Amino acid sequence: MAKIASNLSKQAGALLNWFDDRLPVTAFWNNVMTGYMAPKNFNFWYYMGSLALLVLVIQIFSGILLAMHYKPSAAEAFASVEYIMRDVDWGWLIRYMHTTGASFFFILIYLHMFRSLLYGSHKAPRELLWVFGMFIYVALMAEAFLGYILPWGQMSYWGAQVIINLFGAIPKIGEPLTQWIRGDYFISDATLNRFFALHVIAVPLALLGLVLLHLVALRENGSNNPDGIEIKKNKDADGKPLDGIPFHPYYTVKDIFGVGMFLILFSFVLFLWPEAGGMFLEHDNFVPANPLVTPEHIKPVWYFTPFYAILKAVPDKLLGVLTMGASVVILFFLPWLDRSPVKSIRYKGTWYKVLLTLFTIAFVRLGLLGMAEGTPAQTWEMRVWTLVYFMFFVLLFFMSPRGKTKPEPDRVTH
Amino acid sequence: MSSNDVDKGRRRFLVATTSVVGGIGVGFAAVPFIKSWMPSARAQAIGVPVEVNLGKLKEGQLLKVQWRGQTIGVLRRTEEMVTDLSKVDASLADPESQNAEQPEYIHGEPRALKPEFLVVNMHCTHLGCVPQMIPQVGPQPFDADWNGGFYCPCHKSKFDLSGRVYKGVPAPTNLRIPPYSFLDDDTLIIGVSPKGAV
Repeated sequence: MAKIASNLSKQAGALLNWFDDRLPVTAFWNNVMTGYMAPKNFNFWYYMGSLALLVLVIQIFSGILLAMHYKPSAAEAFASVEYIMRDVDWGWLIRYMHTTGASFFFILIYLHMFRSLLYGSHKAPRELLWVFGMFIYVALMAEAFLGYILPWGQMSYWGAQVIINLFGAIPKIGEPLTQWIRGDYFISDATLNRFFALHVIAVPLALLGLVLLHLVALRENGSNNPDGIEIKKNKDADGKPLDGIPFHPYYTVKDIFGVGMFLILFSFVLFLWPEAGGMFLEHDNFVPANPLVTPEHIKPVWYFTPFYAILKAVPDKLLGVLTMGASVVILFFLPWLDRSPVKSIRYKGTWYKVLLTLFTIAFVRLGLLGMAEGTPAQTWEMRVWTLVYFMFFVLLFFMSPRGKTKPEPDRVTH
Repeated sequence: MSSNDVDKGRRRFLVATTSVVGGIGVGFAAVPFIKSWMPSARAQAIGVPVEVNLGKLKEGQLLKVQWRGQTIGVLRRTEEMVTDLSKVDASLADPESQNAEQPEYIHGEPRALKPEFLVVNMHCTHLGCVPQMIPQVGPQPFDADWNGGFYCPCHKSKFDLSGRVYKGVPAPTNLRIPPYSFLDDDTLIIGVSPKGAV
């Protein structure tokens, strides 16, 4: 027995050598997994990246299966989604995986971005890492918007109507531009068909490329950590960071634990609460698209509502569109707006804690107001929180170089 | 010049000219792909004019028809509705329809070729929803001093019975008037301007 086993392992080793001579399998593994030293003080917030990657895989996997039954035509789309839900074996599971996955993707991405605000992960030398992440976020918003049209329900139709008409606010070229996007004078079969193509081919390819760039940029400098200090400053005799531990097995095991906990939560929503009370799947979208009847209350899915509230807060159409655009674009510049000498909130002064708390409340409140009916009082509240949202960046720029800081430790804390 | 020397000026010139010519080539090559997104010949053919028979339209009745996928409203206004239009002028953002999207031959308060018939693109100029017609004069939940008009459920924009927008609502301009003309007393054609008009 022992002889057979040793022979087998010898043969496996020989096979690996054969591959290594032709493709750097072992070298790649050592480089990105066992040889990569990550800071040893990661906490809860460091689960989000690997979980977002997991959801990306879930979305691609369930999306491929959905595309096998879905019909991207105005006449058949709504019925084909119902067909998936009722007649396709396990079709309901695959579709709910995809819809639940979309919302969880945004939950994870928002927490992932918030982690950066906490620990200054966007600051030098990781500015590009943040910028690639922002491009991923924007691509994800495009992907979610395009995908939301596909069921061809009332909210699909009228949501698209509102969003595409935003481009019509641009002077001169607005009207031809909206026709170019729709491929028709109104949202029609042509629009649905092209949005399907963009949703299943163009944007996913762009996303995968951006994720690759994000990961390459991450590994160039290594992860930041909750203390916001560079572990490469303190190395042992072998040149390994004293506060670093190999990514594999330490963080692979940690991430697998995170995956387990995440899948429990994910399954709970997937099996027991897939509509999330109209948050993940809106009630109006169970009615087929009807160009003649506008739903009483049009609102986007929850992950867009903070920006939708900013749009609604401004009484002028063009200015509203520009303000909403600016609320996303300004995030790209975060690494250069935050001029603090320290990265982590642990060593920034109270001023930053106050700013970040207000910003977080503003974002959540705007999200809730974006879903609401929009009474005059709510409109005024939206204006106040829109101002708070933008003031965060303005005050950050001016206060960060002067604001009080505490001394950073030499080594990471426990 | 020895054979090892590189003529940098010549190299720069070649790189620049190749880039410019190549760039222009890419620009032209991109045209078919960008143009392929425009409304197709079929979509344009569907955008043909629509005829509407007005014979059966009662006073105060609103008829909705589809033209180029847009909802066009044809409202037969009572004389009272037309004369009452000027009452709300003070609360309107653009009572003279200076900034409105409408044909040259449409002007004045009634915004119609024949004041009796309002022909209006029903899509709200804010974000394209279809407002509801609420012709009753009197207090409404959204306006205590309502004079009859159109009310958009999406973002609370208000328009009078000529499709003119009120002040302080999200819609930037009056409802659009499509090109139209009368074939005879009872027949309206949407999408064709009167003969001689631009």
